This record gives sequence, C-alpha cells and structure tokens, in this order.
Amino acid sequence: MSALLDVRAVGKAFGGVVANRGISVQVEEGEIVGLIGPNGSGKTTLFNSIVGHHPIDEGEIYFDNGRIDKLGVPEIARLGLLRTFQQTRIYGGMTCVQNMLISAPQQGLGVAAMLAPHTRAEEERAGELLDFVGLYEKRHLIAGDLSFGQQKLLEFSMALMNGPRLLLLDEPTAGINPTLINGLMDRLQRANAEFGITLLVIEHNMRVIMNLAQRIYCLAHGELLAEGAPSEIREDRRVIDAYLGAT
Amino acid sequence: MSAPSTAAMNGHWGRWAGYGAILAAALIVPLVFPAFQTQMAFLWLMIVFALTWDVMGGQMGYNSFGNILFLGVGMYVCAVVQVGLHVDVAAYNASMGASALDLTMGQYLTGLGLGLAAGAVAAVACAVVLGAGVLLLLIAVIVIAVAVGLCNWLGLPPVLGVAAGLGAAVFMALRVPALRAHGLLSLRGHYFAIGTLGLGIAAGEVASGWQFIGAGSGMVTPLYPGELGGREQFFNAAAFVLAVATFFALRRLYAGRFGLAVNAIRDDEQKAEAMGLPTTRYKTVAWSVAAVFMGIAGGLVGNIVGFIDPRDVAFAGATYGVWMVLMAILGGKGTIWGPVLGAAVFHITQELFWTYLLGWQRVALGLLIVLIVVFFPQGLLGWVRARWPERFGHRVDSRAAEEAEG
Ligand SMILES: Nc1ncnc2c1ncn2[C@@H]1O[C@H](COP(=O)(O)OP(=O)(O)OP(=O)(O)O)[C@@H](O)[C@H]1O
Ligand SMILES: [Mg+2]
Repeated sequence: MSALLDVRAVGKAFGGVVANRGISVQVEEGEIVGLIGPNGSGKTTLFNSIVGHHPIDEGEIYFDNGRIDKLGVPEIARLGLLRTFQQTRIYGGMTCVQNMLISAPQQGLGVAAMLAPHTRAEEERAGELLDFVGLYEKRHLIAGDLSFGQQKLLEFSMALMNGPRLLLLDEPTAGINPTLINGLMDRLQRANAEFGITLLVIEHNMRVIMNLAQRIYCLAHGELLAEGAPSEIREDRRVIDAYLGAT
Repeated sequence: MSAPSTAAMNGHWGRWAGYGAILAAALIVPLVFPAFQTQMAFLWLMIVFALTWDVMGGQMGYNSFGNILFLGVGMYVCAVVQVGLHVDVAAYNASMGASALDLTMGQYLTGLGLGLAAGAVAAVACAVVLGAGVLLLLIAVIVIAVAVGLCNWLGLPPVLGVAAGLGAAVFMALRVPALRAHGLLSLRGHYFAIGTLGLGIAAGEVASGWQFIGAGSGMVTPLYPGELGGREQFFNAAAFVLAVATFFALRRLYAGRFGLAVNAIRDDEQKAEAMGLPTTRYKTVAWSVAAVFMGIAGGLVGNIVGFIDPRDVAFAGATYGVWMVLMAILGGKGTIWGPVLGAAVFHITQELFWTYLLGWQRVALGLLIVLIVVFFPQGLLGWVRARWPERFGHRVDSRAAEEAEG
C-alpha cells in the first residue's frame, strides 16, 4: 500500500520557464497536507499537473495506486480527485442550488445517467451543504451575483457535493474577510474529519496553514525546498530565506 | 409547508394562460380561417426551429449555424423513403416526379411515418458524426461509398448502403475514443460558430450535384391522396403535434441533469470538466436532441412545400438558418418560453410585412432585427427577467433568513 496521492519526480516547463522540477509529494488517506511557496514558485502548476490539466514533461503520478498522468481532466475528477481554482470558478448564470445539483457525482456515462432527473437525496444533500457553508438563504440567487467570498464558499461546497476522496484547494482563504477565516478553517477541518475527505491545500496565510496542516511541503523556484511538520517548517532556515528573499 | 407564494401563483397562471392561448390558436384558426392553415403550420415549425436551436445556442452557449443541415437531411431522407418504397428514386427524379405516385391513404401515411423516422435517425447520425469527429466523417464517407457500391453490385437499393455506412460510423464514434478528438464540438466559442457556418452551404452544393435526389432541379414530394384542402389540415395538425412534443421533451430534459449540464458548459466549460462532467458527451447529446426534432421538421417542410429545392428549401441557410437564431434571440435565449415567444412574434411580423409592405418586406425585416439587437439584447423574456428577478424565484429565502436570525 502506498500513499493515496503519489507524485514522483514530476517536471513541467512552459517554453523556457521551468515551473516544476523533480517534485515528489505524497499524501496519505485522511491527511491534511499543506503546500506553500512564494508567488510563482509552481504550486498551481503542480495542481494542474495532478488533475490532468496539462501533460507533464517527466515523472509519474499515482492516485489510489493507479497511474493517472495520462488521463484527462474529467476522468481524473471522476476517480475522486477534485480541485478548486485559485481564480474561483462557479457557474455564474445558474442559481446556487443548481450549481450544487450539477456537482453531484456523475452516475455513469450512459445516456440514461446523462438525462436522469435529480434525486431527492441529491436535493437534500445540496441544501445541507449550502447550510454547512452558510449560503442556505441565498440558495435561489444567481451565483454570479454573490460576493467573491461567497462564491469561494460556494465553490468549496460544490466540491464537497461531489464527494471526492482527495480535494486540492488552491488558496481557500484568499479574499475571505479575516473575521470569517476561522470559520472557514473549522469547515475545512470538519470536511476532513466528518466527510473523510483528504486535503492538499495551497495557502499563503501562514497562521492558517500552520494550524490546519499535519505536514507541509514548501516549493521555491519550481523545486521542492523542504518538507515536514509545521513546527519544523516554521524553523527551517531555507523556508524563511525563500519567503524573505522573494519579497 | 407554507402556502404557495404569489410569485409562484403568477408563474402558474402565466403558464396556463400560455398553454390556453396556444391550444385555442391551434384549434380555432383551422376552423375559422382555413386559408391560413399553411401559415399556421409554418408557425409551429418556426417554434420547433427556435426551440431546437436554443438547445445549443442558448442553453449551452454554442452558437450553431449548422442546424439547417439537419432540416435538409431530414427532408431529403423522408422524401427518398416515401418515394423509394414504391418506385425507383433515380427514375422518379429524372422525370421530375412526372410519373406521379398514385398512393392510397394507407400507403401514404406508412411512407410518411417511415420517412419521418428515417429522417430523424439520419439527422442524429449527422450530429454525432460531425460533432464527434471530422476524421470520423472522412471514414464515414469512405465506408458509405463502399457500402453503396456493394449495394449496387448486389442489386439492393443504395439507401441501404447509406444507412449501413452511417450506422458503422456512429458505432465507431461511440467505441473508438481517438476518433472523437477532432470533431466540431471540440471547437469552442466563435470557432464552433464558424466551423458550423459551412455545413449548410456544403450540403446544399452536394445536394444540387447529386442526380439520385434530383440534383439542382430538386425533388417533388409524393402527392397527398386525400380530398382538396385535407393536405393543409393534415400537415398543420402534424406540425402542431411536433411543436408540442418538442416543447415538452425539452422541458423535461432541462428539468434534469441534462439541463444543468449544458448550462454549466455555457457558464464555464473548464470548470465543468474539472468537476468530472463528460462534457463532450453532453455536447454530442445536445446536438443530437436538436437534430431529432429538426430532422422530423424537415420531413414535414418538404411535404408542405411539395417541392424540395436543395438551396432554397432544404439547406436554406439564408432564411430558415438565420431565422432560427433570430427567433431564439428575440424571445430570449436560454429559456424554454423565449424561443416560442420569439418564433410567434417573428413569424407574425414577417407575415404582416409580406402582406402590407410587399417589396419592402426584407428591409423591414432587417430593421426589425437591428431594433431587437439594440433594445432587447437579452430577448423579450431576458428583459423581463432582468427587470423582475423575483418573479423567476431568484430571491433570498426570507423564511430561512428569519429562522437563522430568530
Ligand atoms: N500556462 C502557463 N504558460 C506559461 N507559463 C506559465 C503557465 N502557468 C504557469 N506559468 C509560469 O510558471 C511559473 C509558476 O506559476 P504558478 O502559477 O504555478 O505559481 P504559484 O506558485 O501558483 O504562484 P501564486 O502563489 O502567485 O499563485 C510562473 O513563472 C508562471 O509564470
Ligand atoms: Mg497559484
């Protein structure tokens, strides 16, 4: 048995820019793992590689012991590996409830499953999860009219609706009102503990990631700089230099 | 449970008023104004055009200028089946239908039924093949050519070869993923619109060069065997049934996962992929849904007009092809009632222009289009929705808000 997510020596370049070089990351089932690094250090690129958004140049990626680095985005998502976007993405022309219902996992690829009506269970689950993130009263509003922070919460609850095994979150607290950040952290922890969703979280807010994650990977200039428990990362000389050096 | 809100009640009344008005029009006009039957039939068909265009163009955000292809394919296939059941199609067309078929009512209805079904199937096959893979199209053309050749050699009707070839192509589209990579549906945004633009034109050219279906001089559809005036009544009723069936089938589909999936593709296709939706499959199904009803509509149009001209009736991109887009936009794309409303307003206005502004009707139509785009960019229903969003249920749930506070 190896890790739920096993990224082995992955490299990715855009023309001359090497965004990722020889990166290896393991995430065990049930963990909350952090991914930090200065702007442009290649964090989002790594997410994109994992979910099949672009082909990788070298290395291998395994999810639940199956190789996924040749699969397309929807196939990987249907295996239970989901991501949220740094630039929050929701379906802006649809209501919150509709956003939730269409995020329910696809039950097969047959025409019958594609044309099926929504089940009562899905409708109830959508209500529960909107309540979970505090958007229940706004459920019939057009999602594109919500504030940025609310859209971020909606995107998170859409991911929960899909019931993934592993969820990659790209800066979940960016743009969220500081007074609401504790509430969001609490929800992330509950998603992990109560819904059993493993989390890999990109985060710039050090207080959040140090409290949330059990282990943290730090990238700099596209390479893995350090890995360890929050207490170790906090003290790591190279991490401190990278962050100070980058600003 | 609380009592239904006033907005919901209004919605119900509005809907039943709409159904009532349509049913009344469908029943009364044929009785009171028998001379308007053909115009009425075209009103129902226009509604079908607008509704089916909106599946892709409105609900999914993929502006298609190629749906006219399905109309023409349905029209020719239906006519060929109607004729081919009784006489040799090539000979019939070579004599310009002079060897007019003398059919009994039973024969006629059987032929029409089979023709409409075959037209629908052929249109769907076109949608799947074009949408899924142009590479596949090439293979399909080769397979069809070989199959037709075989049929000729074995002395079987060539239609069988075309059917077998299309079937094989659809089978491959579903089975071989690599073939699906280069279809029109892999084009996004404006590229898809441009990619579909040539379809109708190309099909029109092919049809006007193909002797079997009458080439440039067109094809005459079989005569309706009933009494004088019965033809108009029959096809008016058939078009009405088709429009109603289209409306309720689409309403049913939009209410379930299909509707939300195509809306999701419209709003953010990459997000939909990231959430695991099989987007290519949804797009193919959406185009096929449009094709089914357009294919049947084509069969009816051919028989109503009585003569299939390849460029002006079957693959009439400059008229039907453009109108279906305009009607959906006028009424409000992305809604179910919008295309119905748009088709009705457009068709009636156009008929009035023809009657009262003869010679200037095209100019008036052009001006109308400009006015629509400038003053109602979201269409009539879109404009209403933007003004009164609460009427459409987009409001904060006050009961829940009170509970949360209290
Ligand atoms: N599609 C792309 N095309 C070209 N270059 C890209 C592309 N995506 C990322 N890059 C480059 O790769 C490098 C890493 O970018 P990435 O978005 O992964 O950084 P990041 O760690 O997520 O930064 P941030 O914290 O600002 O979000 C940057 O130099 C960026 O310009
Ligand atoms: Mg980033």
